[in-house]
Amino acid sequence: MKPPPFDYVAPTDLDEALAALADAGEDARVLAGGQSLIPMLNFRLAAPVKLIDLNRVSELSGIERRPDGGLVLGAMTRHRQLERDATIAEYAPLLAEAAPWIAHAPIRTRGTIGGSIAHADPAAELPALLLLLGASVRVARAARDGEAPGRVERTLPLDDFCFGPFFTALEADEVITRIDIPPCGPLEGTAFEEFARRRGDYAIAGAASRMILDEDGTCLHAAVSLINAGPAPALVAGVEEPLVGRPPTEDRLAEAADVASAGCDPAPDMHGSEAYRRHLVRVLVLRTLARAARRAAAGRTPGIETEDG
Amino acid sequence: MLRVEDARLLTGRAPFIDDIEPAGTLHVAFVRSDMPHAKIRSLDISRAADHAGVSAVVTAEDLGDLCRPGPVLVPPPPIDGAIFNARTALPLAREVVRHQGEAVVAIVAESRYVAEDAAALVDLDLEPLDAVADLDRALDADAPLVHEDLGSNLAAHVRQTKGDYAAARAHADVVIGRTFRYDRGVSAAIENRGVIADWDGRDGRLTVWDTTQAPIPVRNALAALLGLPESCVRVVAPFIGGGFGPKIMFYAEELIIPWLSMRLGRPVKWIEDRYENFFATTQERGQTHESELALDAEGRILGVRDVFLHDTGAYDPYGLTVPINSQCTLLGPYRVPAYESEFRVAFTNKPVVTPVRGAGRQHGVFVMERLLDFGARELGLDPVEIRARNLLGPDEFPHDHEILYQDSAPLTYDSGNYRPSLEEAARRIGFAGFDGERAAAAAEGRCIGLGIVNYVEGTGIGPYEGARVTVEPGGTVSVVTGVGTQGQGHFTTFAQVVGAQIGVDPGKIRVVTGDTSEFHWGTGTFASRGAVVAGSALHAAALSVREKILQHASRALEVDPEDLVLEDGEARVRGAPDVRIGLGELASRANPLRGAVQPGTEPGLEAAAYFGPARGTTANGVHALVVEVDDETSDVTILRYVVVHDCGTVINPMIVEGQIHGGVALGIGNAFYEELLFDEFAGAGNASFMDYLLPTATDVPAIETAHLETPSPLNPLGTKGVGEAGAIPVAAAFAQAVEDALRENAPGLEIVDIPLSPGKLFALRNPADGGEDS
Ligand SMILES: Cc1cc2nc3c(=O)[nH]c(=O)nc-3n(C[C@H](O)[C@H](O)[C@H](O)COP(=O)(O)OP(=O)(O)OC[C@H]3O[C@@H](n4cnc5c(N)ncnc54)[C@H](O)[C@@H]3O)c2cc1C
Repeated sequence: MKPPPFDYVAPTDLDEALAALADAGEDARVLAGGQSLIPMLNFRLAAPVKLIDLNRVSELSGIERRPDGGLVLGAMTRHRQLERDATIAEYAPLLAEAAPWIAHAPIRTRGTIGGSIAHADPAAELPALLLLLGASVRVARAARDGEAPGRVERTLPLDDFCFGPFFTALEADEVITRIDIPPCGPLEGTAFEEFARRRGDYAIAGAASRMILDEDGTCLHAAVSLINAGPAPALVAGVEEPLVGRPPTEDRLAEAADVASAGCDPAPDMHGSEAYRRHLVRVLVLRTLARAARRAAAGRTPGIETEDG
Repeated sequence: MLRVEDARLLTGRAPFIDDIEPAGTLHVAFVRSDMPHAKIRSLDISRAADHAGVSAVVTAEDLGDLCRPGPVLVPPPPIDGAIFNARTALPLAREVVRHQGEAVVAIVAESRYVAEDAAALVDLDLEPLDAVADLDRALDADAPLVHEDLGSNLAAHVRQTKGDYAAARAHADVVIGRTFRYDRGVSAAIENRGVIADWDGRDGRLTVWDTTQAPIPVRNALAALLGLPESCVRVVAPFIGGGFGPKIMFYAEELIIPWLSMRLGRPVKWIEDRYENFFATTQERGQTHESELALDAEGRILGVRDVFLHDTGAYDPYGLTVPINSQCTLLGPYRVPAYESEFRVAFTNKPVVTPVRGAGRQHGVFVMERLLDFGARELGLDPVEIRARNLLGPDEFPHDHEILYQDSAPLTYDSGNYRPSLEEAARRIGFAGFDGERAAAAAEGRCIGLGIVNYVEGTGIGPYEGARVTVEPGGTVSVVTGVGTQGQGHFTTFAQVVGAQIGVDPGKIRVVTGDTSEFHWGTGTFASRGAVVAGSALHAAALSVREKILQHASRALEVDPEDLVLEDGEARVRGAPDVRIGLGELASRANPLRGAVQPGTEPGLEAAAYFGPARGTTANGVHALVVEVDDETSDVTILRYVVVHDCGTVINPMIVEGQIHGGVALGIGNAFYEELLFDEFAGAGNASFMDYLLPTATDVPAIETAHLETPSPLNPLGTKGVGEAGAIPVAAAFAQAVEDALRENAPGLEIVDIPLSPGKLFALRNPADGGEDS
């Protein structure tokens, strides 16, 4: 369980990092929190010739609120910051609610939002949550041969970013620089819940739900994103059918949960059969939809309540 | 009293194996089979040997004469008609590998990093062979063979009986028959194994640091195999981060590392990593029981019949200890007039099975306690009542079960008083009012249930241990014994036993364990025997030293020995405490530089003594718990946990509680979290702590313990062992509690397979769509 030999650089400047990555070619990797990459090296599942450490690149950190109310999260934002930051708690409460369920505290102090998305584990919370929030991913690379010198950037909606297990739209010379989250409105509620064998484990199944109500309590928008219930994060098709345009009654929430349970794509594994996982999805979707609806009705989007409300 | 070793342990000042690194040390990595069963088609080490920084690459061929099957460490008991086919591993595999993780090549290099780089350059071409993965089919006529020469996979066949079961069954009012499967996993000690060897060619001495529970047998084996006098081999077991059984073995690495040091003339070090530990360290595996319990109409046991299969993995170096423990412990604290028990041991292509804390006892307890639960249901008795009706009474000891135990002695319980344990546990868990509590919870939509079970633990077996107690001239008392220590609190318990006899504060007594240069008689730490056997030897040695102290002090203070008291490290005259002399001063006087010494005396205040019990002593106890089952997710949370146990005289209550807490944590892991999962080819898929689920602090509840003390007549201290008590009955209690919690929502649910998990509980409740677990 010792990594194979590799070169290591720790630039402080993003362009330097991008240049180093471009120079090293296919066999280089950037190192963020190292909580997924270092285990892979130790198991010799990955053998990059060079590691480019992003931890000193200040441009990649920081949590900011945009004038329109949306949020900009640097790629090196640690899970622990999502858990504790006041801005996140107020304007992206879903992330604050879920962050304590990502791994264990020491891992959260290292692991990053950029690393989580780039790693694209189907059991990871953040890609699924960011998808539900309509986030987009900003990536950058150094100009390639034949391009004008400088930095080349593009923005992808999360939808177009995570394709499959450990498989993303990221090219070998690209680095995630930040995540943009659009503003959320009043009368919007979100909720998260997962089921894992032990606190800190990757979830056997998880669900995040979002609901927007109008003043009369009619559902304007309902969406569900699942964790570890398919090869890549995706919004569940059809959950809005029984809900939108009507008040979210218990029966309709249950119907939506049935839709999610039938429509997901969980693989059996050591923790349980496909049937068990579908069953868990149903339980978790029902619980989170109900909670999101209550929160939306209470108009308490910003700030998560300490008790289930 | 607090543990005297904790200050060192908690502040990181206790030396563990990886802290030891003599100058110039070389490091070893092994190339191991990644297949459960394969033929070695070819092996080319040339690229690895040429790699920069590599000192040696060693295969089976290079070992020459040493490449012989390892020893059978525990001979099977002499049971009439028993079959035992010994098959043990070569230090490095030749021609065939029989389980994942079997070592094939050893690489010695400047660092572990370089050694692993070179390991990746070994061309090992394995041709997969059909593997024996399924225990239930291992003995089928068409099963692939783990050991070709044996002609079948039968490692052992043993039958022991008492009374006439057929007759008992014929008279029974109720016969309960079930099939049980009980699997368990790795010991998962926090510290993996490690060996460091330093050969000093100038004076022909070999020093080996080894994470072993049994340093003296390792020394003796090494001396024999390497052709060295035993006195020239020193084996030191430093502080060890958990033993739990697998560190009793004599492993290939324990031979290869010293041999490499002798060959290369350099210190050589190997530290097992966690991935290796999942395959290269022994573990426990499954048993399948076909069992029957014959009861009369009042729920009294008339007889038990149990036929089981035991998985020993690819080899059987530890004889029959585990299945015999299952066979014997099944009888529990009960009066069982007729017992018919038969087991077969099968070789499979899985890692080697040897005792892990509990060592098969939990399998037997599970079977018996579950049968009683199903019997109680059938007869409409509650779980406490059916147990109470069958307990041996206090006047029935010693109780001979008429079969042989793992130590080859008859299974005879020395002493016990079982009913108070059961009543105390029932009281503490709130058994009497639980129907109301369950109903109140149900009214809130919660499912809670109670489980309560008995167990016995055979402990403190022979052959013997020894110890030496010395009062040094400076006043230090040093205590030496041969057993290794892995966190049990020996430094405290042993010091207490000695301190009590010679009037010295245990905190001031220096205890040395597990260094063969300090003491070289004894066997090791296993079967909950440290306090019983080594403790009794220490007690005897301390008594001899006490005699010497009293004689010398009587002379020095000119009083009768009867008028002396020993306290605070001094001999004092009773009633005149100012007339006194320190033990150090007495030790100096007992070792004069000039003048005449009386004939027939020995110098110094020192004595060695030995203790060998005729047979083991039997401890007992009761576990009771309350669980809550989440009806939606099938998750289970333990709300309360009570252990009432009786391990005879308690030397140190805190240490006893610590043993029980750790054991219960292990038992919870076994019941609900841990399972090493093998596919149909015997390959394990979850060999990391991400996927092999150890219970964590949040999964283990606070545990309430109560001690009852029924002294053992078999040793002067009256103690019984307690090392495995916590682990043994957890699964049985857990299963009963889960069924109780779901009595409304899943009536008739029967848990007969362990480990359980939420996924498996769901499958049990939804047989139509949950069965396809992979
Ligand atoms: C015991 C344990 C439990 C865990 N449990 C969970 C859990 O429950 N849920 C969960 O979501 N995660 C869990 N994790 C994973 C953890 O959250 C990781 O931190 C995360 O997946 C990766 O983030 P990182 O910053 O550590 O990335 P690293 O390990 O540094 O990198 C991971 C990959 O992403 C690439 N990468 C990193 N940053 C960037 C970037 N800015 N641009 C481009 N590529 C990048 C790296 O090159 C590498 O390929 C667990 C980890 C451990 C060790």
